Amino acid sequence: MNRIEAKFNELRAKKKKAFIAFITAGAPSLEATYNLVLALEKAGADIIELGVPFSDPMADGQTIQEASFRSLKRGTTLKKILQLVRRIRKISEVPIALMTYYNPVHYFGNETFIDEAKSAGVDGLIIPDLPVVEAFALRGFAVKKDVSLIFFLAPTTSNERAREIVKAAGGFIYFVSVAGVTGARASVPASIARQVKAARSMTKVPVCVGFGISTPQQVKDIASFADGVIVGSAIVKEIQKHGRAKDMPARVAAFVKRMSSVL
Amino acid sequence: MSMPDKNGHFGAFGGRYVPETLMTLLLDLEKEFARCWKDPAFKKEFRFYLEEYAGRPTRLYYAERLSRQLKSLKVYLKREDLLHTGAHKVNNTLGQILVARRMGKKRIIAETGAGQHGVATATVCALFGLKCVVYMGAEDVKRQALNVVRMQLMGAEVIPVESGSRTLKDAMNEAIRDWVTNVADTYYLIGTVAGPHPYPYMVRELQSVIGIEARKQFLQKEKMLPDYLVACVGGGSNAMGLFYPFHRDKSVHIIGVEAAGHGLHTAAHSAAICAGKPGILHGCKSALLQDANGQVLNAHSVAAGLDYPGVGPEHSYFNAAGIAEYVGVTDKEAIDALKLLSRTEGIIPALESAHAVAYLPKLARRVKGHKTVIVCLSGRGDKDMNTIREVLRG
Repeated sequence: MNRIEAKFNELRAKKKKAFIAFITAGAPSLEATYNLVLALEKAGADIIELGVPFSDPMADGQTIQEASFRSLKRGTTLKKILQLVRRIRKISEVPIALMTYYNPVHYFGNETFIDEAKSAGVDGLIIPDLPVVEAFALRGFAVKKDVSLIFFLAPTTSNERAREIVKAAGGFIYFVSVAGVTGARASVPASIARQVKAARSMTKVPVCVGFGISTPQQVKDIASFADGVIVGSAIVKEIQKHGRAKDMPARVAAFVKRMSSVL
Repeated sequence: MSMPDKNGHFGAFGGRYVPETLMTLLLDLEKEFARCWKDPAFKKEFRFYLEEYAGRPTRLYYAERLSRQLKSLKVYLKREDLLHTGAHKVNNTLGQILVARRMGKKRIIAETGAGQHGVATATVCALFGLKCVVYMGAEDVKRQALNVVRMQLMGAEVIPVESGSRTLKDAMNEAIRDWVTNVADTYYLIGTVAGPHPYPYMVRELQSVIGIEARKQFLQKEKMLPDYLVACVGGGSNAMGLFYPFHRDKSVHIIGVEAAGHGLHTAAHSAAICAGKPGILHGCKSALLQDANGQVLNAHSVAAGLDYPGVGPEHSYFNAAGIAEYVGVTDKEAIDALKLLSRTEGIIPALESAHAVAYLPKLARRVKGHKTVIVCLSGRGDKDMNTIREVLRG
């Protein structure tokens, strides 16, 4: 059992919901990311999603696109992010999933990448442009090494597809709240409560909701029907707002705490 | 074996590498296109618009003065440049717009590089009264200002894309973002044999009219099959359209010409097959220009329509399987070829198509004896006059 699965067991026993925080690795710097991960853990993030920057982030909105480009300009690579995770693991056991487009992983090589990610201390992988049907090879290595391969469900997913996806799912299921790209939104459609409940009835794997969530109230609403809530762009925006201020990690942690504490 | 397989794979390439939100739609589109393509009424309607509106069949023209100059080659030009809108792109947009109408979609989006696909999309949207939004890299908006005016005249909204390298690949990213957001009422009209399945297959089928006609015309004129086919390859739709109907003819040597920009040994080119490695971009696995960390590199070509770091997956398969050969032609060679064709035949080709013409002198030196060749003249050069003027001024 990896750290993500252990965390959900622990939360389930306490009847609690997961707060999952996304940040783009290397924005504004890898050193800042190191400090942010530790600060977010203290602020109540149950799982950290580390975004791997990519040149062509087609599933991301403006906020994460910009963070990705800034990070790439500073020379962030997948290898450096694995080194960062290794360094975090010396002092923290917070569950970490990498969120990456498939090309950097494919270039690395499926098997080598899973081996190195596992040994660095990565617990899960979220790959928005890798549907189950194309994930066969990578999934084989991931299952063998107990790295959770986390798949998506969307409001447009048919029941038939959903049943296939939950069968392959590891760690948790990432339920996309709206058809669209990542980015904070004023509201999340009410219809997804029914869809998330339907997904939860199909599987024991926890179902967490992400995309567009940016306020404590939204977090609370969604936690009433999901196993966890994922917040990304709102945190990335907050990081950008405080730029290179010395107390940036503390300020971002305070922002996250306002959301995580409602769970 | 017939390609692609049921998940859109051409050997090791192709597939559907897209966000989950789009998967159900892609499966629907695949079913809808399969239904259309089997339906005689659809084919009749498609044929009607190709003939009456776009001006098919296009001529297979024997370029006598060019051939004489090249000595060892008898060159036929497949005149896609004479189609309405000035390039082969309209074959595909007419087919897809008919599919989109059957699916009840009201809003059409497209990406464009040189602007030819944007123009061809704006054209068919005007023809059928559908809303049209075209994403175009801000850099290309500048390079191809006349095509922007053409699109706007026909009622399309052109959105300049400022992210990334501000060229075709970024326009495609932005189009995919729009699509994933407006998936219920929007049809994404992809302009080439790339993207997720079923697009590479569907666009190949729609563009195959080029090769089907050329094969018949050549057989009529020469009573045999051609020795060579030559076409330029960016995404590769005109090339696949010409190549596919010949791909089982063992005696026909198929050559795809990629844009070598400043040279294959430099970083400034667009030759994904000649100089790239397998990778995943915009929904499919194919040859891709990328760095040692799997980040996609910016492409370069004097021809905006070839300025793309990837290539259609079936071309990667054709290359791997030895069905076709892929070569590179530099910016300078393409411009020389543009001048050559202008002066010998009175035909000014698009800079993209000039890449295909530019391979002819090399091929002429390579062949033994006297050989026949069909070149796909995919578009005309009117749109490139500004670029040409700048290049000629130095």
